[in-house]
Amino acid sequence: MDSAIFHIPGDSVAPPAAAPHAPAAARHDGIDRRGLALCVLPPAIGLALLMGVWALATQKGGSFPTPGQTWDAAVQLFADPFHRNGPNDQGMGWHVLNSLSRVALGFGLAALAGIPLGLLIGRSSFANRMAAPLIALLKPVSPLAWLPLGLLAFGSTNSATVWAIVMGALWPLVVHTAAGVQRVPQDYLNVARVLRLSEWTVITRVLLPAVLPDVLTGIRLSVGTAWLVVVAAEMLTGGAGVGAWAWDAWRHLNVAHVIVAIVVIGTVGLLLEGMLKRLARHFTFED
Amino acid sequence: MKPFIQVQDAEMVFTTRKGRLQALRDIRLDVQRGEFVTLIGHPGCGKSTLLNLVAGLLMPTSGALICDGREIATPGPERAVVFQNPSLLPWLSCLDNVLLAVESVFGGREPRARIKVRARAALELVGLSHALHKRPHEITAGMKHRVGLARALAMEPKVLLMDEPFGALDALTRAHLQDELLKIVARTQGTVIMVTHDVDEAVLLSDRIVMMTNGPAATIGEILDVGIPRPRVRVELAEDPRYGAARKAVIDFLYTRHAPVEQAA
Repeated sequence: MDSAIFHIPGDSVAPPAAAPHAPAAARHDGIDRRGLALCVLPPAIGLALLMGVWALATQKGGSFPTPGQTWDAAVQLFADPFHRNGPNDQGMGWHVLNSLSRVALGFGLAALAGIPLGLLIGRSSFANRMAAPLIALLKPVSPLAWLPLGLLAFGSTNSATVWAIVMGALWPLVVHTAAGVQRVPQDYLNVARVLRLSEWTVITRVLLPAVLPDVLTGIRLSVGTAWLVVVAAEMLTGGAGVGAWAWDAWRHLNVAHVIVAIVVIGTVGLLLEGMLKRLARHFTFED
Repeated sequence: MKPFIQVQDAEMVFTTRKGRLQALRDIRLDVQRGEFVTLIGHPGCGKSTLLNLVAGLLMPTSGALICDGREIATPGPERAVVFQNPSLLPWLSCLDNVLLAVESVFGGREPRARIKVRARAALELVGLSHALHKRPHEITAGMKHRVGLARALAMEPKVLLMDEPFGALDALTRAHLQDELLKIVARTQGTVIMVTHDVDEAVLLSDRIVMMTNGPAATIGEILDVGIPRPRVRVELAEDPRYGAARKAVIDFLYTRHAPVEQAA
């Protein structure tokens, strides 16, 4: 079985069709069942293990719901996610959309300020030295710490939440954009100088395309942070949103809903990240 | 006849974190129109620095550089540079990379169609008509260097400055591109200054070889007139006694009289 030495045991790559000892299934219909099984099986086992431990731990009853009870609660919740019976009884879908719109607004404002700021800091060492200590000081501050100032300045809880998101989403954008500008190869700038390109052409044809992958990384991290912040901020400020909804469920001791909320928050975060990763792949280039 | 490029007592001192570093001193060099000059020397001898001075990418600490009767103060398309790393913009196709250069030189003066013709012609000159719309990552290293050369040629520079343009290529590709360059230079009658560390490349291509002493504070040690008539053909040169003599003179300078010094901390 000579061909086997080229395959790591358990390798998910399909064995070559001509391999004498290829699994019968792979040879039979051209679909690599073994590889497919390796893609699906481990995550399924992981999920099953979690469910098993959860079911075991909640066997004896108590305030913590079993997986079955949680599932029932989820089915009920998602039966009509967009119903609206007054401000205190809205469907899950509305809460998610509310949170997402806050993220969009907060991230949008952060991008409007952060990307130009990052470009400036990356391009000018004076601006860099001016901003570096401030960024170093403010970056480790939890975005929630900005909530009181937001409430003071804007007077509304919704604006304060958006403000906290802006303060969380800003730094990844600034830092990654600036690092991207500083990393633009000197070769490209030398080319621009020899061609005597105008400053506008340098920015649009050389700098921005060169920095784009870094900006997209900043955007991905920034949106991730914004999604973390919105849930926490809503727990404090209330209103309509996933965080507020989860906190409300907790106050009614509806733990099943809290668990559903966690799964929903995780899923939305995962989808956001996946979308932005795909977007970034479109704009990466190789030398 | 007045020399086309004059380097007058140029000195270059870099201020680094460790203090002042004198890279070049007392550089005096005249290059005639249509001449092919190579700068050769061991690593760290400042040959690339000298080229960057002529390009205008660096300013001499003292002394002056003159090109076609005008002092060199900034980089510009009349002194096109072919960089060691071809430095193509990876988000632009080969044609767009060349177009960017042509637009910046002829953009205000010529219609759009004419500019496209120029860019295509330059890529055809280096044998890349089939790869116009490929991105740099889709072509080989040798082809990237051709695009870099096409971009420089398309600007119709008064002088072509080449910084070890084929240094990173394998021997066969390099030989092929050298032959191409010989043909192109013969056709365009252009002035070329080229930095190299390859003795054969220097002898094959140049009219004169400028040999530089070791740095720091390097200067021009000797200038060799190659004196082999053009057109030159690689296979015939191998048996030409003048080729052997020129080669020996350069090797003698580089390895006997100015052997590479071990860097002592």
